[in-house]
Amino acid sequence: MNVIEANNLTKRYNGVAVVNGISFSVARGEIFGLLGPNGAGKTTTILMLLGLSDISDGQARVLDHDPVREPLAVKRHVGYLPDQVGFYDNLTAAENLRYTGRLMGFERSEREQRIKSSLGHVGLGEVANNRVGTFSRGMRQRLGLAEILLKEAQIAILDEPTSGLDPQATAELLNIIRDLKNRGVSVLLSSHLLERVQSVCDRVALFSQGNIVLIGTVPELGRQVLGGGFRVEVEAQGQGLGERIAAIPGVQRVEPAGANRFLLLADHDVRPEAASAVVAAGGRLLRLSVEEPSLEAIYTRYFQTHEGELHAA
Amino acid sequence: MRREGSALHGFGVVTLKEIADHFSSILVVVLVVLVTATAIVVVSLGLAPIKESTAEDPFLFLLLFTRSSPLTLPLLLSAFLVPLLAIGLGFDAVSGEHNRRTLSRILSQPIYRDALLFGKFAAGLFTLTVTFIVLWLLVIGLGLWGLGIPPNAEEMARALILLLITIVYGAFWFALALLFSIVFRSAAAAVLVSLGVWLFVTFLWPSFAPYIANAVSGSGDILGLLETQQVFARLSPVVLYNEIVAIVLDPSVRSTQQSMLAGLGLALIERGSIPGAPIPLLQSVLIVWPQIVGLVAGSILLFVIAYIVFQRQEVRA
Repeated sequence: MNVIEANNLTKRYNGVAVVNGISFSVARGEIFGLLGPNGAGKTTTILMLLGLSDISDGQARVLDHDPVREPLAVKRHVGYLPDQVGFYDNLTAAENLRYTGRLMGFERSEREQRIKSSLGHVGLGEVANNRVGTFSRGMRQRLGLAEILLKEAQIAILDEPTSGLDPQATAELLNIIRDLKNRGVSVLLSSHLLERVQSVCDRVALFSQGNIVLIGTVPELGRQVLGGGFRVEVEAQGQGLGERIAAIPGVQRVEPAGANRFLLLADHDVRPEAASAVVAAGGRLLRLSVEEPSLEAIYTRYFQTHEGELHAA
Repeated sequence: MRREGSALHGFGVVTLKEIADHFSSILVVVLVVLVTATAIVVVSLGLAPIKESTAEDPFLFLLLFTRSSPLTLPLLLSAFLVPLLAIGLGFDAVSGEHNRRTLSRILSQPIYRDALLFGKFAAGLFTLTVTFIVLWLLVIGLGLWGLGIPPNAEEMARALILLLITIVYGAFWFALALLFSIVFRSAAAAVLVSLGVWLFVTFLWPSFAPYIANAVSGSGDILGLLETQQVFARLSPVVLYNEIVAIVLDPSVRSTQQSMLAGLGLALIERGSIPGAPIPLLQSVLIVWPQIVGLVAGSILLFVIAYIVFQRQEVRA
């Protein structure tokens, strides 16, 4: 079942379409990534789904509610972490969440219990009574996720959750996002940082100038855009390995890459076959690795090949 | 197209949070103390001359508000204290949420924008009201202690009207500051423009209005010219407030003010009252009723404009 459905969603400012008839859906328990450069329409799409911005054309359904007519029902079950989320610096972490809990209408005892558990969950239990003014960027992002946990949202919408974070803070944040998924929360996240997001997303949609140009799982997109897509590297010692490897079904090309190293281009992951081929030939297998198609490569390749069309459109 | 749920869902939560913010804000506390202290000093300075001169005045107690030197309390309130406090409360009400990047997060909670704006307005109004009530009680107390006589019922009624009008006047300036805090994303711009409007309507407009009136009216008719001048002068909330206060607090309309309020004096004669004799309370209120309505309408109009602008504003920075 889909928790988010967007159908021909369009947003125009003064006649100019910033989101131009996009359609996509997010299934329950899925992590869906909206990827693309800044200004491609990701945030506008998110604001329309939340009912915070009017929809010029098309429809959106969030948990089977219309964000335009029933924004309260949508916002009650959807947690939103805006780009560079802000909190009241003069209040403590717990006080900030208390305000949200009151706006949600939680009873006092339930509210306090939820605040405690959600702050503990994102690793802010120790600093619950510190002012948010003293928090780092990563701590603020985690506090934002604590707010989503507090609401017990069914959908978490995260706008650029990792931008401006150092690698460790990013890793921590991505772990919390994976954990959201394990709790059955569907996650819609937007980012322009492709390689970080690739690791958590089940499916992605690539945005360009208000359009979704590609949609699917990362390997699917790899096949579509890069052709083949799987690059398997074999390092082995032995006689006549090159011919043996080239004979494996699915291997399209073998490139020698230095002494005892071969680079295979294949339409699927051929590591097991490559390993048995080396062993069957009596060779010594030293290393075997697969390079999955990277979003970065897909993205760059796509825009190299489609640049002309996009500008013409 | 009907929206689901009440527009005011969450209104109480927002109001309480904003009130707590006001009273824990150093800026607001300093302003409240400053306003109260200034008012007390001005009234204290006026005590001695009242005790010496006019023991037989039937409205001795009201002199507290109208006869102190060098400024009277209502003039001080209208020109400085109320606009300053109200602008201080309102200038970053919405722009502050933008700058702290809290606006989209709060609006993604299950409330409408209406609740947020109404809550902020109610909290500002509450803080102004509390400040003015405290100020008013202090002045009354000071009068009891300094003059040694209690006010009579009519004096209390007139003083109470002063309190109510001051709250409405505060609401006007707060609504203005709120509007600018919505229009301008920067708090500095909002406060500068608010102060600019304040300086203009308080100090420039009263001397500027007659020139416009002269240019507009053109005819040699003195009475017509006078009326046109007043129409223009009354576009300023400061003029409205001062006219209301002068009539309400001064039942006998002393001669010093009669020249200032020449137009109002004409109104009195039209109503058949005898110059020099005190005007009953109800008559006083009726004389300035248009000004009262004007002030209330101005406050509501500003808030409605602020509301419409806020509803149409895009959330993203």
